[in-house]
Order: sequence, then structure tokens, then C-alpha cells
Amino acid sequence: METVMQPERTAEAELVGEEQQQYLTFHLGKETFAIGILGVKEIIEYGALTAVPMMPECVRGVINLRGRVVPVVDLSARFGRALTEPGRRTCIVIVEAQAAGEHRDIGIVVDAVNQVIEIPPADIEPAPSFGANLQGDFIQGMGKVEGRFVIMLNIARVLSIDEMAQLGQPVDATVAAGA
Amino acid sequence: MDLDPAVQTFAAESRELLGNMEEALLRLEADSGEKDDINAVFRAAHTIKGSAGLFGFDGIVSFTHKVEHLLDRLRDGAMGLDADCVALLLACCDHIGALIEDAVSGRPLSAELAATWRVLHEKLEGYLGPSAKPQPQAGASEAAPLPAGQPQEPNSAAADWHISLRFGREVLRNGMDPLAFLRYLATVGDIVHLTTITDALPHAEEMDPEACYLGFEISLKSQADKAAIESVFEFVREDCAIRILPPRSKLSEYIALIEELPENTMRLGDILVKSGALTQAELDRSLRQQTAEAAQAPASVADGAPPRPLGEILVQEGRVAQSVVHAALDKQQQVREHKAQENRFIRVEADKLDQLINLVGELVIAGAGTHLLAQRAGLGDVLESASTLSRLLEEVRNNALGLRMVQIGATFQKFQRVVRDVSRDLGKDIELVITGGDTELDKSVVEQIGDPLMHLVRNAMDHGIEPHDVRLAAGKPARARLMLHAYHDSGSIVIEVSDDGGGLKRDKILKKARERGLVGEGQSLTDAEVHRLIFEPGFSTADQVSNLSGRGVGMDVVKRNIEALRGTVELTSRESVGTTVRIRLPLTLAIIDGFLVGVGPARYVIPLEMVLECVELSPAERQACMGEGYVNLRGQVLPYLRVRALFDLQGQAGSRESIVVVQYGGRKIGLVVDTLHGEFQTVIKPLGPLFRRLRGFSGFTILGTGEVALILDVPGLIQTVATKDAHGGSSAAHAVAASAGVGSDAA
Repeated sequence: METVMQPERTAEAELVGEEQQQYLTFHLGKETFAIGILGVKEIIEYGALTAVPMMPECVRGVINLRGRVVPVVDLSARFGRALTEPGRRTCIVIVEAQAAGEHRDIGIVVDAVNQVIEIPPADIEPAPSFGANLQGDFIQGMGKVEGRFVIMLNIARVLSIDEMAQLGQPVDATVAAGA
Repeated sequence: MDLDPAVQTFAAESRELLGNMEEALLRLEADSGEKDDINAVFRAAHTIKGSAGLFGFDGIVSFTHKVEHLLDRLRDGAMGLDADCVALLLACCDHIGALIEDAVSGRPLSAELAATWRVLHEKLEGYLGPSAKPQPQAGASEAAPLPAGQPQEPNSAAADWHISLRFGREVLRNGMDPLAFLRYLATVGDIVHLTTITDALPHAEEMDPEACYLGFEISLKSQADKAAIESVFEFVREDCAIRILPPRSKLSEYIALIEELPENTMRLGDILVKSGALTQAELDRSLRQQTAEAAQAPASVADGAPPRPLGEILVQEGRVAQSVVHAALDKQQQVREHKAQENRFIRVEADKLDQLINLVGELVIAGAGTHLLAQRAGLGDVLESASTLSRLLEEVRNNALGLRMVQIGATFQKFQRVVRDVSRDLGKDIELVITGGDTELDKSVVEQIGDPLMHLVRNAMDHGIEPHDVRLAAGKPARARLMLHAYHDSGSIVIEVSDDGGGLKRDKILKKARERGLVGEGQSLTDAEVHRLIFEPGFSTADQVSNLSGRGVGMDVVKRNIEALRGTVELTSRESVGTTVRIRLPLTLAIIDGFLVGVGPARYVIPLEMVLECVELSPAERQACMGEGYVNLRGQVLPYLRVRALFDLQGQAGSRESIVVVQYGGRKIGLVVDTLHGEFQTVIKPLGPLFRRLRGFSGFTILGTGEVALILDVPGLIQTVATKDAHGGSSAAHAVAASAGVGSDAA
């Protein structure tokens, strides 16, 4: 009985795991990051960005994505580093983020898109408590790829719309109260 | 019950009719009612009854019948109309509405409704009394073989039908049992009398044992309508000759019904079917017969002789009584006369309209792109054709948006009832005055404005208007006035809710605000600022116990709802004179005319309705002030904001700058920009959650180039200036400066 069950279970696990094992890797400065492929909708060339005044630095602006207005976040700035200098390989990765239960598209600016790779769960190490030079909860895990580590991002946390909106205008409450 | 579109139409029509009924009743109550009003109420009830009958909603039919009975007596002048009677009729109105909603959604009668039913029924009985007599039988000339002189019970909707039934020869062979139909008929009503007709029975030797030769004359006591009775014989309709004769009372009813049909039907058959005198199946048959006769007599047609009229066929066939046909024919004539002048309406699903407007929005963006390309290419003829296209697009856009515009009057009218009911509960005498009901605004806005208005109206009645004795003591008329007023003002619609009550008590509000730490001890506030405190979340809910007017309960919710519609709300009040709440709403939510301006490489759209004029900022003034300031605009002081400084934009202004003068809510300010790009049809895209805290912008739009531009929130900017004015550079102005991003680094 047990011997029969065993292979079935692994097959199932593979089926479920297969989808989650695929990751898109990209470069930001000298580091390599990975995000789950399921959240990625498309990758477009960097450009035609409209700046939105009075937003935190990490919100670079908005783009027109086939008639829809999509905000674009500078990932590097979001991690508290310098703004990304647009170069020849700079891209905008459109990912799906959640805000108040609704799916919203957000673009993230990256220095270069690398490839889609598989990282089996066995090759994923827990996030280090320090040393990654990154807010701990942004990291989902550390994936081993060809002997090197890539930082696997918890994209829902990184692109928390509520949090980024909070960063926006902390003083406007004063106007309302004074009014 | 499935969501049959016809049933939906019935529900929609009935709701409208009930609305009319309510209005007419309220007019009657206010003594301004004419005889026409009671007729209107009667007509509405009657039409509802007729239509409900068509759908087999027997509950509605029998209840409405009862109400109609009372109305009939009122109409005849047999009874006087008093306030209690109106109250009862209003309650009946509500009950019919509830019954319809239930019936349409297919729910069984709830216990609650059944209880209301009984109560209302008793009251109606009380009015009708034992002396109630049957309805006068007007014009029933066709002598249906009814048991003559049988007293009709006025309090029961059951009526005597006569059914004449001749089964076809093939019925038995087709596997149908005549007896089964008769048994089933007994479930529709009581078979009072039944005669078997055996005339068709041939001699024994000629008789085919498998054929059916039987006929029946049945008198049936039933509440069901004609269609319901006919449906009993649905399976044998093709084989049998069936005549269903309506009871005498029904005849007059049909005639009345035909007279009162909404005038949108042109064909005799349709009129008869609609009134319930004829079923669709009967009509189809007679029409077939008419066609067949015409085909048989091609000569007569060729001679110009018309085919036999439908009415004649119907009468001859015994399907409809002569008098009913006459009434229907009269009606047909009237319809012909009225049709020419009448506004015709089509009911369209709101979703379809929204879809259309979205498409038009995309079209506008694409059109702007084409225009821009033509301009760049410098091709004269292409540019010309693109201009024509733009002009047409603008018309299409205006028309498409116009489709969604509805008058606010209907929304206002609903408050007549609210005011009446609440003023009774409160024991105050309040009169509702409605003006500007024909002002049009977007349907989606109308739908969402109801709740905030309700809140404001209730508030005004509960807290604004003083009790009777207080009013008299203050030398005011005992009858308080509550006013709903709507009008257009520079591209927005303004709705005012005002009362002549006690007004807001400034000192008490200020004291409360100080207690709650909303206002500092030393801070002095203008009246407008004090009034705005009312909209602070939870501001006055806490002093329900104290004798502060209490106004402001949930006012923050009102404000939030209105802001969600891109509107603003403000309040003016004078102690012991009254309070006015002014709501300003944009006309549409989807597409606006915009004015495109540029600051450096950035493009901004200002809603065109708010733009008054553009003037150049003189070099002297440019030198004098960097962030904000005042200019002399033909002798008037015009405060202005520099958009570059306001949004902390990089770069230097070019050789010239312009001031765009904008106005909102009676205030004017100037916005200093680098370049003016002219008019631009703007499709509004919402800011989305990420930018929801962003001040100074109301949305995005997509330009012809495909770039995204921001739409300036003029009301918000004006508010900023107004706040600064009030405080004259105090700490609040500093806060505003910080929030608006006006930094000293701009200098």
C-alpha cells in the first residue's frame, strides 16, 4: 500500500511545485534578484514615463500601457538605494500587486532582465537575518543558482500599495484638520 | 420565476406608476390636489392591476383591486378624502410596491407582507363598509350568458367567467382526456355550473368511437385573468374551439383599462392584449384568419377594399365583446393623434451605455492622436480631415454623455414622502419646496447622491428646524420650509438643501472643538471654518446628549460620499435664520473638456469649465515674486500659484509665463504655467490606490501622443489658497506650504 502511494504523492507535489519553481531573474546594480513568474505580466522597454509630483522617490511616475495608466516603481529606490540610472538595458517589468483585495498592475524599473529559471524548493535557503542590505521582510528566500545566491523577493510586500501610498503625503492631514 | 425581460419591464413600469401615485396622493393631501389627481391615482392602480394580471401575479391583482375599489368610490365622490384615507392609500402604495418586488424576484409571500396585507385589508374593508356596491357596469353591451342578477361580492376579486368549449374530433386520438382539462380548470377557480353539449353527436352507426364529439358550457368563478384560464387548455388549443367570455364587471374594467393604457401602442390587437381582454394566442389566431381571408379574396384587395378589420373578426369570433373593441379602437385613434408629438423612450441597460461611453473615450484619445500626427506631418488636407473628425467626435461624445443625463426631479420628489413622514413623527409642520427639478446630471451621480441627500434632509428636519413653539416664540411662521434646489454653475451642478430653522450655534461648536482638541485655545476661526468642523468625523455624534443642535451626525460620511463623486460640500448658516448645505458635483464622471498647459516638459490638464481666461504674467511681476503672489487683474486682486513651485518641478521657466485664471465655487485664482496648448478632450482615468493621497490632482488622462498627463484638481488648489488667506501666513499656511510642496528652494 505504502509503496503505491509514494510515487503518486511526489507526482502531485511536482505538479504544484512546477508552477512555483519558475522565477524571473533580473539585475539591480550588481545583485541578482528573482520573482515568481506567475506575478509577471509582461516586460517592456523603459521610456515615456510621466513623473507624478509629490510622490515618494521610489514612485518614478506613470506610463500608458495600452490605454491604462500604470504606476512605475523604482525598485532600487524602494530598497533605499540610489535611483536607477536608465541605461540601454533598463526595463519595466509589469507585475500584479494587490491593494485592498483588488489586483493592480505596477511596473518595476530594473537594470536588466536576465532569464527565467527553475529553482527547486530544495535549493531555497531561508533569508539571512542580516547582511543582505535589504529590509528583512522583502526577502522570501535565497535561491542557489549555479553556485551563487539570488535574492528571491516577496513581491507582495515590496510593492505594498498601502505602504507606498502612506509614504506619499504625510502632511495633508494638517490641512484638513486646520480647515 | 426567471428574469423574464417582460417581467422586468412590468416591474419598472409599476415602480414608475407607484411613484406617480405617491406624488398625486401627496398633492391631494396638501389640498392642492385636483380631481385629476385622484383620477391619476386610480389610473395608476388600474394599470398595475391589469399588467400584474397579464403575468399571473394574482396576489397583486386582488390587493390592487381592493385599493381600486376604494379609489373608485372616492372618484365618484361617494366618499370624502381625509388625511387618514391618504395615509392608508400611501401605505397601500408601499404594500403594492413590496408585493411587486416579491413577485418579480419570485419569492413567496413573506409572513411580514402577509401581516401588512391583513392589516391593510381590514382598514380598506373599514372604509368600504358593508354598503359597498358593485362597480357600475359601464357599457357592457355584450350579454354574456351569466347567471343574471347573481349578486357580485364587491369584496372578492373572484368573478364569473363563461367558458364555451368544443373539443376537436382528434382530441381523444391525440391522447388527451377532456375530463382532465375540466379537473385542471377546477384548480383555477370554482366551476359553478357545467352543461355538456352533445349536439354534435351523430347517429350511432355514423359515430366514430375514437372521436370526441363533446362540448361544454362552463361558468367559472375565478380570480384568475383570461390568460391564466386559457392556459389551462394550452395543449388542446389547436384542436378545440374555445371562447372565454369575461364577467360583466371585467368588461367595464377592460374598457377602463384600454382608455388608460400608456399611449405607446398602435395596433388594435396589442391594445386588447395589453388590457388583458385578449390573450396573445387568440390574437395570433385571429390575425392568421385575417390574413387567410385576405388571401382568399384577392379580388377585393385588388379593388382597394381593405381586408376585414381585425376588430370585426374578433367580435364575430366571440373572443372579445363589441364594447371592448370600440374602446380599443378609440384608444388606437388617440394613439395615432398623440404619436406625432410624443417623446418616445427606449429602455436601455445602463451597462450598454457605460460600454458605449468607454468606447467613445478611447475614440477621443485615438482621434487626438490622429490630429497630432497630421499636424506633425504638415499635410494640409489630412489635417483638415482630421479636424472634421475631431469636430464630429466631439458631437458624438456630447451626445453619448447626454444619454446618461437624467433630471434630478425624480430624486427630489422622493423626499416629499420622507418629509411628510418624518415631520409627522417629529410633530413638526414642514413644507418641502422643490425648485430646479429639471436640472440634468449624470445618472451614476444621481444614483449616488440619494443617500447623502437623505441624510441632509433628515438632519435639517430633525436638528435644523425648531419645534413648533420655539418657532412661534422666535416670530417665525409655524410652518417650516425645507428647500431642495438644483442649478448649473460653471460646469458643475449645485444642489442646495436649506431650511429656515435655528441655524448652527457657532459658540457651541467652537467650544466642543476646543474640548476635543481640534482647535487650539488661542486660534480664531472664520465662520466658514467653524462650519467646516461639522464635517469632522464623529464631531457631533458625541454631543447628542447635550443640547447642541446635534447636526453633523454622520456629516463626515456625507462629505466622503460627495468627495468620492469628485464633488465638494459646504455649509453656510446664520443663527436663528437657517442653514444651507451646498453640494457641488461634476456634470459627468467620464469625459470632460480640458485645457492643456505645460510646465517645462510636463503637461497638465485643467477642466475647461473652470478656466475663465488666460493672461500673460508681466516681466515685472515675474521678478517680484517666485512662489505665489497677487496680480492686479483689471482692478481686482487675483492671488496666483506657480505650478512649477507648487509641485516642486525642476527646470527654469522659459521667456514667458502665463496666468490661467480659474474659478470654482465663486472663488478665482491664477495658476502660473509656462505654455498654453489649448483645448483638449480629456478622458478621465482615476488616480488609483497608489496615488489616492495625492493632493492637487484629480486624475490622469492620456494625450494624443500616448503620454500620460495629470489633471489638476482646481477645487483643491483653490481651497489651499483660501486656507492661506484666512490664516494670513500663520502656522496653517506653513503646513499648507509644506503639503503642497512649496519650498523656499524654489526661490
